[in-house]
Amino acid sequence: MGLALLAVIWLIAFLSTYFFVAKTWWLPAGMSAAAAGIDHQFTRTFIAMGIIFILAQCSLGYFAWRYRDRKDAAKVDYSHGNIKLELIWTTLTAILFIGLNLQGSAIWAAERFRPAGPNAVQVEVTGMQFAWYFRYPGADGKYGKTDPQLIDPSAGNESAIGLDTRDPAAKDDVVTGTMFVPVNREVDLTLKAIDVIHSFFVPSMRFKQDAVPGLAIHMHFTPTQIGDYEIACAELCGLGHYKMHGMLKVVSQADYDKWLAAREAEKQ
Amino acid sequence: MATTAAPHLHAAPTGFIRKYIFSLDHKVIGLQYYFLALTAVFVGMFLSLLMRIHLVWPGASIPLVGEIKPETYLALLTMHGTIMVFFVLTTAPQGGFGNYFLPIQVGAPDMAFPVLNMLSFWTTFVAFMVMLAAFFVTGGAPLHGWTGYTPLSALPNAGPGEQLGADLWVISIAIFCIASLMGALNFITTTLDLRAKGMTLFRMPLTVWSWLITAILGLLAFGVLLSAGILLLLDRNLGTSFYVPLVVVNGQVMGHRGGSPLLWQHLFWFFGHPEVYIAILPGMGVASQILSTFSRKPIFGYKAMVYAIMAIGFLGFTVWGHHMFMSGMSPYSAFAFSLMTMAIGVPSAIKTFNWLGTLYRGRIRFQSPMLFAIGFVSVFVSGGLSGPFLAQPVLDIPLHDTYFVPAHFHLIMGVAAIFGIFAATYYWFPKMFGRMMNERMAQVHFWFSLIGAYAIFMPMHYLGLAGHPRRYSQLTELAYLHNLIPLQKFITYAAFVTITAQFIFVFNLFWSMFKGPKASDNPWEATTLEWTTSTPPPHDNFGGHTPVVNHGPYEYSVPGAPRDYIMQTDPPTGTGH
Amino acid sequence: MATLNSTIPTGGGYDGGDNVLADYAGRLRRARLGMAVALTPISMLFVSFTSAYIVRQGLPTLDEKSGQYVRDWIAVSLPVSLLLINTFLLVMSTFTMEMARRQMARRAVLTPVQTIPGVSIGDEKRFPWLAVTVVLGFGFLAGQWMAWREFASRGVYLATTPSSSFIYLLTVSHAVHLTGGLIVLIAALVMSMGRERLERQYIIVDTASWYWHFMALLWIYIFALLQFAK
Repeated sequence: MGLALLAVIWLIAFLSTYFFVAKTWWLPAGMSAAAAGIDHQFTRTFIAMGIIFILAQCSLGYFAWRYRDRKDAAKVDYSHGNIKLELIWTTLTAILFIGLNLQGSAIWAAERFRPAGPNAVQVEVTGMQFAWYFRYPGADGKYGKTDPQLIDPSAGNESAIGLDTRDPAAKDDVVTGTMFVPVNREVDLTLKAIDVIHSFFVPSMRFKQDAVPGLAIHMHFTPTQIGDYEIACAELCGLGHYKMHGMLKVVSQADYDKWLAAREAEKQ
Repeated sequence: MATTAAPHLHAAPTGFIRKYIFSLDHKVIGLQYYFLALTAVFVGMFLSLLMRIHLVWPGASIPLVGEIKPETYLALLTMHGTIMVFFVLTTAPQGGFGNYFLPIQVGAPDMAFPVLNMLSFWTTFVAFMVMLAAFFVTGGAPLHGWTGYTPLSALPNAGPGEQLGADLWVISIAIFCIASLMGALNFITTTLDLRAKGMTLFRMPLTVWSWLITAILGLLAFGVLLSAGILLLLDRNLGTSFYVPLVVVNGQVMGHRGGSPLLWQHLFWFFGHPEVYIAILPGMGVASQILSTFSRKPIFGYKAMVYAIMAIGFLGFTVWGHHMFMSGMSPYSAFAFSLMTMAIGVPSAIKTFNWLGTLYRGRIRFQSPMLFAIGFVSVFVSGGLSGPFLAQPVLDIPLHDTYFVPAHFHLIMGVAAIFGIFAATYYWFPKMFGRMMNERMAQVHFWFSLIGAYAIFMPMHYLGLAGHPRRYSQLTELAYLHNLIPLQKFITYAAFVTITAQFIFVFNLFWSMFKGPKASDNPWEATTLEWTTSTPPPHDNFGGHTPVVNHGPYEYSVPGAPRDYIMQTDPPTGTGH
Repeated sequence: MATLNSTIPTGGGYDGGDNVLADYAGRLRRARLGMAVALTPISMLFVSFTSAYIVRQGLPTLDEKSGQYVRDWIAVSLPVSLLLINTFLLVMSTFTMEMARRQMARRAVLTPVQTIPGVSIGDEKRFPWLAVTVVLGFGFLAGQWMAWREFASRGVYLATTPSSSFIYLLTVSHAVHLTGGLIVLIAALVMSMGRERLERQYIIVDTASWYWHFMALLWIYIFALLQFAK
């Protein structure tokens, strides 16, 4: 039985580790400026936890076999413990865990302790049951007024977010169901929700942030590769949660300007 | 010294109702809790099976159930989580085994307040009935997840199931809070006041320590959950705006103003994080107990284990924000919470080292309790090590609300804590029922459960890394999920097999109650007080006298002793603890 | 079972009890410990309400129309004189409760005398402290009812404003807990007119009295919070 435990535990440990190392199912390639730092922290954590995982599981399996009761087994080592050993492994564990955390916190601070820069592309993201809408403030750089009384999700775009078209600042606001941003420029999102909590999640950008009713949350990221990236909702929001997805299209600055101009023209 | 009859806290009952229904005997009440949890776990497993089937075969029509709609999936998910967390993991380890064995292990004839104990079980039962009722009302069970985030759970028109079903869900949880608080009261008072002579705090078995700290956690946490539930009921039914700001649902402006969805999260998780320690600490206590007994070796570092339990309990109250890194909470708070979260990994690591240290140079016996105790350590390590990923806010960005999170908490709560319950069952069955469970069946149950559980939950880590969000009823919409479906199918097949294996356990349990070979008073040659009394224990636990304790709880293989274990009530030897 | 008393370390003193008095002392101690433990989650409930109250006061919410965060907390004025009278009644009742408790404690000591055939405790005139406490408790509840009516007369109901929600939440929760205590006191009153053992009566009155004192302190806290932390 000890041998069976050793075999099965070791097999499970090595098989699980294999799929992590082989990255059979893995994070999608990182397409934002923050991705490299985040992925490095992932790797550090994986290596540390992976080593502990293998050591712990293999020790467990090994001990189960090695110290099995049998006729010729050695006498039991009657011991209530070893304080020195306790102190050593406790200290080492604390150093490892706190150390990992401080490293990760440095990256967290870089991403989240500072607001977006002044040249960031402004996009307002509004989540609702069950769609995302994106609003661009237009040439005046100001978002027009919205009015909850004007919200009509079935009419889409401007009506979905309740844009008050009488407000002069709203005249150049562009509201779309697809999010366009230019590559290599910081994007400053203002996240809102009109009914329940949603969460704006783009795996390739290593970006996630909840959109909470009653709050307008600023969060930023910088896409570094042109492409189409799916947006998933990552906070249970009702029966349509699974189909509340959008598309983030990262394009060249020129294409972005063209697209925005075309949307502005449509409004005339 | 003449033995005087210990005054029973209550006389032995007669009549079926007093003996088995409204019993004041903690042993009967413990069994009542246990069988409630057993019923709940099969309901919970059935719900998860339906979920697994729907995920990979969305259009399938299941016999007796029909086709599952997306909102039904979410209702299954909500009730699965709620029933498992409350009516299984907060019920069986503490209410079940704790009730049965805490008084005996400390040398008491019963819990301090037997009437309160009886009431605490029946209140739990009522809570369970109210929870199940949610399935049968108009609209059905709620779909807002066991975490019940507002405003979704506060707005009756935000989804099907969110009307009466959601109210019943909240009311059931509120009733459960009160039941748990009654239980916690008993556990704490009994442990502090009814220990037999010589049973100092540091001679208590680790099971008792874990039940005591768990009770203290419950005492401090369930009041906060109750407050959260009261505010939710008020928002839902009486128009207050604790949790709900101005919102527009289906084009309709609701009457709420100014409330904070984050308030619910703070209150819920202030309870919710200690709750997961409530779910696991008793299992850790049982694992320590069994590893020591079946290695014929004292637990490695008994005092360190006690301090680790206390540290886990205390730190458990400081980490709740790690569920809220993405919530819109201040990033500075996130940093503080993450530091505390990494800190709480340290006492858990100490316990793991000490379990390994207990096995080291022992003489290991592989009866069924030990198999599950060893399995407990393995899955606890696996589940625990995904913690440091989620504990770092920057890594939580890609991982939050993906399958990585259920991978983590299922390995710890859905496997390790359950293994703790299995281990405790196989260990204490002989004492409770006077018969042995069948070892062959137990071994089959063990291997299928260990391998099956890993097959279900290890792949979920990979899904999470690939960005697979949680709580999706169907995987047909997001393009990047399509090539993850084969892995989901694998998980579903593994779930089928693992759930089937649990029937072996149930069969073994009931068959052995009536047909198992008769057990001696101490079949495992263990040292703690329950093994000093007859099998099953008499009504007042010790047959008319109160034990006197002379030894610590884990005196195995003491050099120079006549046999390889010294029971806690054996005459003092002048050496040892 | 032979034991060597000198080698038994202290800790864990429950020995079953050789005499009834030790058992009574043990049961009283256990009941008090249980009450102390029970007051903890009640405290947590009100700590939780308090933290929600404090945070909500300062919490800004997004005003959609202006796109700005605004604070929408409007303080509600309390009927201070009425509430002061209620406070006075409740504080008086803690005094009478304590007198009742001590009165019963003295009588409970006479329990063994009850078992001597032919001897009765006697019904000397005793001031009905417990009954007065119950009356004062009802007086407090009636006063709270009047305060709620006063709010209603001004159009201040549960859902009117965030501040009014908390006022009702805190005062009603307190009143519910107080009513629970009141029911126990009434039961103790009824018991005192019967032939229940005095020790058992005393354990109930004793634990109920600590609960009652706690309810009074809790009320003072709530009143102060609502009045001074507007």
